[in-house]
Amino acid sequence: MSERTTVCGTPPTAFGAATAVTPRRCLLVCCGTGCRANNAMGLADALEAAARDAGLDVTVSSDAPQIKRTGCNGFCENGPIVKVHPDDISYYKVKPEDAEPIIASLGNEPVARLLYRGEMRQRLTRQIDNPFYAHQQKLALRNIGEIDPLVIADYVAAGGYQALKKALQMSSEQIVEEVIASGLRGRGGAGFPTGIKWQTAAGYPAKPKYVICNGDEGDPGAFMDRSILEGDPHSVIEGLTIAALAIQAEQGFLYIRDEYGLALSNIAAAIAVAEADGYLGDDICGSGRKLRLEIVRGGGAFVCGESTALMASIEGRVGEPRAKYVRSAEKGLWGQPTVLNNVETLANIPYIILNGGAEFAKIGTAGSTGTKVFSLVGKVNRTGLIEVPMGASLRHMIYDIGGGIKRDRPFKAVQTGGPSGGCIPEGQLDLAVDFDTLDAEGAMMGSGGMIVMDEHDCMVEVARYYVKLLAEESCGKCTPCREGLRQMLGILTDITEGRGQVGDIELLERICATMTAASLCALGKTAANPVLSTIRHFRDEYQAHIRDRSCPAGVCPALTVYVIDAEKCTSCGACSRACPVGIVSGEKKVPYSIQSEKCIACGSCRDACRFDAVIAMRKEEVA
Amino acid sequence: MVDENSKATETGSVAEGIHRIILKYPGQRRYSLAILQDVQKEFKYIPEEAIPLIKRHVGVSEGQLYALATFYKALSLTPKGQHIIKLCDGTACHLRGTNNLLGELGRTLGIAADERTVDGKFSLELVNCVGSCALAPVMIVDDDYHGKVTMGQLPQVIEEYRDEQEGGSDE
Repeated sequence: MSERTTVCGTPPTAFGAATAVTPRRCLLVCCGTGCRANNAMGLADALEAAARDAGLDVTVSSDAPQIKRTGCNGFCENGPIVKVHPDDISYYKVKPEDAEPIIASLGNEPVARLLYRGEMRQRLTRQIDNPFYAHQQKLALRNIGEIDPLVIADYVAAGGYQALKKALQMSSEQIVEEVIASGLRGRGGAGFPTGIKWQTAAGYPAKPKYVICNGDEGDPGAFMDRSILEGDPHSVIEGLTIAALAIQAEQGFLYIRDEYGLALSNIAAAIAVAEADGYLGDDICGSGRKLRLEIVRGGGAFVCGESTALMASIEGRVGEPRAKYVRSAEKGLWGQPTVLNNVETLANIPYIILNGGAEFAKIGTAGSTGTKVFSLVGKVNRTGLIEVPMGASLRHMIYDIGGGIKRDRPFKAVQTGGPSGGCIPEGQLDLAVDFDTLDAEGAMMGSGGMIVMDEHDCMVEVARYYVKLLAEESCGKCTPCREGLRQMLGILTDITEGRGQVGDIELLERICATMTAASLCALGKTAANPVLSTIRHFRDEYQAHIRDRSCPAGVCPALTVYVIDAEKCTSCGACSRACPVGIVSGEKKVPYSIQSEKCIACGSCRDACRFDAVIAMRKEEVA
Repeated sequence: MVDENSKATETGSVAEGIHRIILKYPGQRRYSLAILQDVQKEFKYIPEEAIPLIKRHVGVSEGQLYALATFYKALSLTPKGQHIIKLCDGTACHLRGTNNLLGELGRTLGIAADERTVDGKFSLELVNCVGSCALAPVMIVDDDYHGKVTMGQLPQVIEEYRDEQEGGSDE
């Protein structure tokens, strides 16, 4: 008990000074899921062993460097990442055998070969020199990669739980006012103003009330929530606790995808230690206020990311949405007033309470304040998780941060907002990315997936892909969504397999209109976006599939064969090695050839060729 | 099927295992999904005999439990293989060739998505985005993440898992 008060009574430090966790030299090993897949845990072990071998005892408090296992730095493709503080050195693609040279280099020149290479091949030492990080502004991700998520002292030293203490001194109305003033809108996709949601729920007298954190991140291509839950779980707990104070809830739930193993275990550990230290439980920081948090694992149903379906799932029922004549803020979980916020939304709350809503509102655009985390993936040179102020242009993100398109191929489209979003073509690359601009374009901010496509991506196939996902995930409760998606999937599959008919495009448009007007929940209402946006911007590609039985991108296997351009072929053999069915053959100094009758049109040879010598042809033309 | 023999001898321990799981949770409806998930993890599917036991504990009908078991993708009423191969079909992976990997796995294992090999060693699943898009295409075998998987690597990766269990499970 006495310990509880001492921890809670730790003197405050400047919020956001995350890097100043300790003046001691510190090695931060990125142990997010991505880096773990590349043996980051083995690397951390190796660093500890190397330090021990060098006579540095890292386990006890001393002058020896600390070795910390942090959450995701976002640049997963170049992981595992090791950062050295306070020297501000960042190493990439580090292997366990690099541990010894890294430890030996401490205090001296950095290990040059592990530094990031800039566009001019120069070696970049500091993280901020790396163009991937240079243009970012980290708010929701402020602590991730800088602290050990399992050590609450790290979070507290970085200014954590100060906002909670401040909120405990504020009235419910004051908290709500601050959040309204911040202009914060829900980061899960819909962009509903968070403060208004809280105000509504706070206004109902019914008890008990509930707060829920939606961690059922299902949009393909988005992984910011996982990263926050893994790398900075206390920020989510703090945000959720402040939400509970604002609406006077004493019970909260975190609904998290069961597939997110590390996120689940880190958040569970964080809840336990927050309770032990008095930040949660029956007497929050000695204030007498209560909050119990419980984790609910998702069952692998995409539709459960929808708020009412998610609540049904927490109640132990099938995750089907309900019509929202009555808002969840009035009657949500078990029919009680409920606030449900997304992970990233909650991670922003401590900043807002501590620095004031007005300060937050200075960042971003007038209608969309603050920053947004995006997962920039697909055919860009630098993929990963990025955080930028709202209103940044697509071009800025794709070219300045992402380093442009792989192999300098022409940009074709960027898909935002997952299955509810749409494809944005090159002509609109200068669009400012915020909630309202994207909505107006028939795309969507969604949860922040940003998938970049080049000329080797077929837009009809992309539409078919999203419709297939939605058709499988539609809960089936309402007819427009269930039947509409099934019909659209059939039509799109026909088009990609060469059975498209004149009139199919118009039929798709009609189904889309019905689904948008008549579906029960957002899954069906927005399902038209991937189809309509690709038809609007790439209608000729649909027509080529239907009229000419041709896939201009050279993707749809039923319409495509590959041939080798003898003039461009350098006989390097890369295509032959890549071919999974072994039908590309040739020899030195003689152009290679593909046995087209056996070709499965997978495109591996085309991807492997560095000389653009593999060409996609219309199947009918060759056969 | 292949498992018929071992299943019969294990019925006792199946019930025992299910009881152990059930007792971790209060007898309320809202724990139905959590219990089913734990049963799925333990047995790699929801055995038929689990349903009446869970029903008695949480107090809902068998129909409601079957509704959950068929609605949620993480739950399966048919046995899964010893090793579960999950191929991510998130957008980033899809664009970087999930379909090709699926085809190659199909050729290597002789099964399609959602099927189990005859010897019961492998199940193949096409799953929604696992959130490791920067490593696309991603394949998860049991709990191991394999990033940037190429078609050429697949047969070797599969063999590694096949060999792993060789000693234990052979007659």
